[in-house]
Amino acid sequence: MTPRHTQGPSRFRPIGWGVLGVVALLGAWELYKFLGPAQGFVVGATAGETGSGVMLLPRTNDRAMPHVWDMVARLFQSTSGGDTPPLIVPVITAGLLTLGIAAAGWLIGVIVGAVLGAVMQRWRLAEWGLLPWIVVSQTVPLIAFAPIISSLGTQLDRDGFPWPQWLSVAVIASYLAFFPVAIGVLRGLDSPDRMHLDLMRSYAAGYWATLFRLRLPAAVPHILPALRLAAASAVVGAVVAEVSIGMRGGIGRMLIQLAGQGSSDPAAPWGPTLGSVALGLVAAGTVALIGAGLKNYRRGEATV
Amino acid sequence: MTNENLAVRASGVSKTFPTKAGDVVALTGVELTVEAGEFVSLIGPSGCGKSTLLRLIADLDGATSGELEIFGKPAAKARIDQDYGIAFQQAGLLPWRTVGGNIALPLELHGMAKTARATRVTELAELVGLTDFIDRYPDQLSGGMQQRVAIARALAEQPRLLLMDEPFGALDEMTREYLQAELTRIAGETGAAVVFVTHSIPEAVFLSDRVVVMSPRPGRITDIITTSLGDVRDEALRESPAYFERVTAVREALHGAPVERANER
Repeated sequence: MTPRHTQGPSRFRPIGWGVLGVVALLGAWELYKFLGPAQGFVVGATAGETGSGVMLLPRTNDRAMPHVWDMVARLFQSTSGGDTPPLIVPVITAGLLTLGIAAAGWLIGVIVGAVLGAVMQRWRLAEWGLLPWIVVSQTVPLIAFAPIISSLGTQLDRDGFPWPQWLSVAVIASYLAFFPVAIGVLRGLDSPDRMHLDLMRSYAAGYWATLFRLRLPAAVPHILPALRLAAASAVVGAVVAEVSIGMRGGIGRMLIQLAGQGSSDPAAPWGPTLGSVALGLVAAGTVALIGAGLKNYRRGEATV
Repeated sequence: MTNENLAVRASGVSKTFPTKAGDVVALTGVELTVEAGEFVSLIGPSGCGKSTLLRLIADLDGATSGELEIFGKPAAKARIDQDYGIAFQQAGLLPWRTVGGNIALPLELHGMAKTARATRVTELAELVGLTDFIDRYPDQLSGGMQQRVAIARALAEQPRLLLMDEPFGALDEMTREYLQAELTRIAGETGAAVVFVTHSIPEAVFLSDRVVVMSPRPGRITDIITTSLGDVRDEALRESPAYFERVTAVREALHGAPVERANER
C-alpha cells in the first residue's frame, strides 16, 4: 500500500549526484594537470625525432590542457580579437542552430523508429526481416554515410525538390536517433502480459483498440528512455554530420575551426565543446519533461 | 438441440496442444451444461484442464473437437456479443488507470457514451463496495480491493455469464472468505450464471450449486456433485453439517476413494 513515487528531498538526490560527478571530473582534470609531467611521458623516443615513441602520459602544459577556469574565462572574451562579441555569443547562436537541426532529426527518427517498431511488433516476419538490418545500420560509420545523403539531397534539389543543406544534416542525425526508438517501441508494445491481451480479446477489441488502450500505454516506460537516448544521439549525429558535409553556422563546424587554432588559443575550442555538451543535456532534459507529464503510465500494479 | 436458456452447453469437447514431443491431450470428452443463473465450480488437481475448459468457453482458445455453445451460440459469437465477463487469478488492472477508469474500460471499448458510462461505473463501484476508491490507482489498493475492481469490470456489460479463473487464489484466507460471500451476493443480485475455477474444496462447495470434479492425464470430468445448499450462503453455512458433508463428498470424488472422516477440515 505504500506509494511508489517518492516525493520531497529524495527527488533532488539524483541532481546532487550529477553535480558531484561533474565536480569530480573537473577535479581529476586539474589534479592530473598539477601532478602530471608538463611534456608528458614518452618511452622509446628517438632523440631529435619529434612524434616518435609511445606517449604513456599526456602532456599537461597549458597548450594541451588549459585550466578549467581558463576555458570558462575564454567564453567571455572576444571571439577573435578587436570588438568581436564574447565567444559565448557565437557558441550560443551556433548551438541553437544545431539544436534546431537535431530536433528536426529527432522528430524524423522518432517517426521512422516508431513505425518500424510497430510494424515489427505486428508481424513477426517483419521482425525477422528488419531487425538484423536495423542493427547492422548502426555499424555503418556516419562519416562514410553522410556524403551520400548530402549528394542525394543536392541531386533532389537540382531536380526541383527544394532540399536545403540543413535537411541533409537532420536526416543524418535521424539515422542515429531512429535506432533506440525502433527497439524501444518494439519491446514496449510487446510488454503487456498475456492476461491483459486475453482480457482485450474477451472484449472483442481489435488491433487498433488494443494498440491505443493497452500496448501504447504499457510501452511508455520503454519508450521514454528510448526517446531520451534518441535526443542525445540526434545531437551527436547533427554535430558530426555538419562537419562531414561541411555545413556552416553550426556548432560542429565551429568546433573544427577553433580546434585548428588550438595551438595559439588553446582554451577556445573548449567553448563549443562545452556548448555541445550543453546541447545534449538540453535535448535529453526536454525529453525528460515529456516523461514528467506521463508519470501515471509508469505506475506499477502492486503485487498481491 | 440449441437452447438459449443454457448458459453453457459442451458436448464431446476436447483440446489437444501440439508440442515437439507430440500432442498433449489437455481435455477430452467434456459433457457439461450450465443453466442460466447457475453457479458451477470446476475443481481438480493442476493439469486437469479446468482452466483450459474456461478458456475454451471464453473463446480465448479454440476447442480441437466437439460442440461448445454459449446461450445457444458458438463461443466466438458469444465473445463478440459480450455475453460473458471474465476475471483471472491476478486482478489484471491497468496500472495507469484509476479504479473508475479500469471498470469503464470495456464500456469505453464498446462505445458507450460518457455520461452513461459514468453512471454505470458509479453503480458498479457501489455493487463491489468501492465507491470511495473510484479515483485511486491500483497500486494504492490491497489485493482484495484490486480483485473486487476486476469483478466490477467483468460485470460492466451486464453479462449473463461470469467466468472466473481462481480469482481468489492469491488472496489471504480472511479476504478470501469475505469475497466469497460477496460473490454469492453479487451473483444473486445480477442473476448471472458463474463458471468458477478453483483448487479449493471448501471454496467450491460454499459457492456452487454444482461442483464439477476433474482429473488429469488426460483432463476430463470424473464427477459432478450437486450441493443443494440453498440460495443463502452465509457464515453460518460454513459451520453446518450439510456443508461438511458436501466437502467430504467432493474430496472423495477428487481422490477417487472414501477418505477418513478425521481428515475433514
